[in-house]
Amino acid sequence: MDLAEIIKPENLVYKKPNLLTNKTMHYCPGCSHGVAHKLLAEVIEELDIQEKTIGVSPVGCSVFAYNYISIDWQEAAHGRAPAVATGISRVNPDKVVFTYQGDGDLASIGTAEIMHACNRGENMVVIFINNAIYGMTGGQMAPTTLLGQVTATTPCGRDLERNGYPLKITELIGQLPGTSYVTRQSVHTPAASRKCKKAIKKAFENALAKKGTSFVEIVSTCNSGWRMTPVDANNWMEENMFPFYPVGDIKDAEKAGPEAFTKKN
Amino acid sequence: MGELRLMKGNEVIAEAAIRCGCDGYFGYPITPQSEVMETLMAREPWDETGMVVLQAESEVASINMVYGAAGSGKKVMTSSSSPGISLMAEGISYIAGAELPCVIVNVQRGGPGLGTIQPSQADYFQSTKGGGHGDYKLIVLAPASVQEMNDFVELAFQLAFKYRNPAMILSDGAIGQMMEKVELSDFQPRLTAEEIKARYGSWATTGKTADRDYNIVTSLEMDSAKMEHNNLRFQEKYRTMEEEEVRYEMIECDDADYVLVAFGSSARICQKSVDIARAKGLKVGLLRPITLFPFPKKSIAELAKRVKGFLTVEMNAGQMIEDVQLAVGCSGNNVPVKHFGRMGGIIPTPGEVAEALEQKLIGG
Ligand SMILES: Cc1ncc(C[n+]2csc(CCOP(=O)(O)OP(=O)(O)O)c2C)c(N)n1
Repeated sequence: MDLAEIIKPENLVYKKPNLLTNKTMHYCPGCSHGVAHKLLAEVIEELDIQEKTIGVSPVGCSVFAYNYISIDWQEAAHGRAPAVATGISRVNPDKVVFTYQGDGDLASIGTAEIMHACNRGENMVVIFINNAIYGMTGGQMAPTTLLGQVTATTPCGRDLERNGYPLKITELIGQLPGTSYVTRQSVHTPAASRKCKKAIKKAFENALAKKGTSFVEIVSTCNSGWRMTPVDANNWMEENMFPFYPVGDIKDAEKAGPEAFTKKN
Repeated sequence: MGELRLMKGNEVIAEAAIRCGCDGYFGYPITPQSEVMETLMAREPWDETGMVVLQAESEVASINMVYGAAGSGKKVMTSSSSPGISLMAEGISYIAGAELPCVIVNVQRGGPGLGTIQPSQADYFQSTKGGGHGDYKLIVLAPASVQEMNDFVELAFQLAFKYRNPAMILSDGAIGQMMEKVELSDFQPRLTAEEIKARYGSWATTGKTADRDYNIVTSLEMDSAKMEHNNLRFQEKYRTMEEEEVRYEMIECDDADYVLVAFGSSARICQKSVDIARAKGLKVGLLRPITLFPFPKKSIAELAKRVKGFLTVEMNAGQMIEDVQLAVGCSGNNVPVKHFGRMGGIIPTPGEVAEALEQKLIGG
């Protein structure tokens, strides 16, 4: 039997989204970035918005996101993706612009840019990969690193006195009137991935309907940075990250604005 | 004849931006250039031409907004003053590295640090030698009048797009704040989306269509051989600028024994100093570099063959003097090059300059 015989249209239950390129991903096996990229590509394809979508990749492991999805991209300086996206979106109001950012990028060096872009209600989508660590630079503490979590710069665990509290930036973003949809998802199981895809789709639909900023956090694993096997990393995330970063919608409003409804967690 | 008005330099930057078909301005308030954004907001160009004007949360944000908008092929700009330009340094380096066109206006004030809000030319090094990290150059234009604040906006955009490189208008608090008669440029329409796609679709993020591969705007290249290749290409571009884009003005240099070299407001002052010196019977001329990069080194080298000395006049501790010394040194004519400068926001008087010329060069 050759491939054409096996993959008959009636047997086909799943295929790689057309928008994902054939470049080999540089991500470590077990990393969440790859799944998040795939969901993003599927959503852009399903909404048929390849021609009007502009992606902004960050500094971080996903700096090379532009190698994997066949849309126009701009690579931003560390933390500045929301400002870059603002620039693109303001002079191209017909385009759908999204940023794809890690937690160091979004919640540390780029805190000002994400807050103000969301507060202005820039018409864009933010995909926020929270893996509680700086993956690219070798596993240092991130603003989202949990108390007690061991990283390259907290070898004895994150210490409250020295390092302060982990930052729940998504909850802060949910308070901003410029956002219409703020949610926290994960991609560690097929069921979670399906939910996450729905959330990403809603965020892009919001952008098409000009509903201000939609923000999708994806609680993620960085098994290399955490020094764990992929399976252990998934378990560690469920046990330690989900209690502090609970999955679910934080805000789901008809539109952005001061009256936008914020769900209590 | 275009429309004549009496306007402040900063206001003229705003008016010229609207008239030249600029698509967007992103900025953050700082003295002595806040009138640029204030004028734009009062003019409401979004109704007239569709130009976007946005007050950003910081200069870091505004330069990155410029990066984004410029990456999509639009004609966009920002303005600031010295401390704000320092904050933009990383973004400017990214724009140069990603080879994007844009215009950055620096209405200089005195430093270092918070310094003073008074005029200065102490950002010469920062503007002409790169300013941020990595080997890159800006095209730097130095206006010496309110008229040139008008004329250089469109010129800067033309050069920026010609070379896909950021261009800077290096002004100062004196030119930005003073009012003069200005002949405004005629209105040019903004480019349509179709025109932008046709002209810049090969590199800009205009949206991936079936007729082309997808575009990536980035300054990143992990393969060292390719990155060196990129650097070599940039250097080639800067060399072409040095061949083709040098602009300067010579005033009474034909018979001059001594030449003042000054740009921007210092050059305005030096025109008067030339008159004072000539009234005393001294043969003095003025060379005014209009492009600070590329620098008019060839014309300085030519002058060095026949003059007895140069005095650079700058509102700083002596920065452009290094470029003049280099040009003179390379010419093989060992004539003296001296510097006269005031700092801290003090503007030298024409008499002071004439005196310094006699003391430092002619008498010495
Ligand atoms: C201005 C600047 N500071 C620091 C760095 C170094 N740097 C690169 S990636 C990174 C952290 C990225 O972590 P995160 O945003 O969490 O993304 P991840 O790699 O985990 O996906 C840092 C600090 C840089 N490139 N630029």
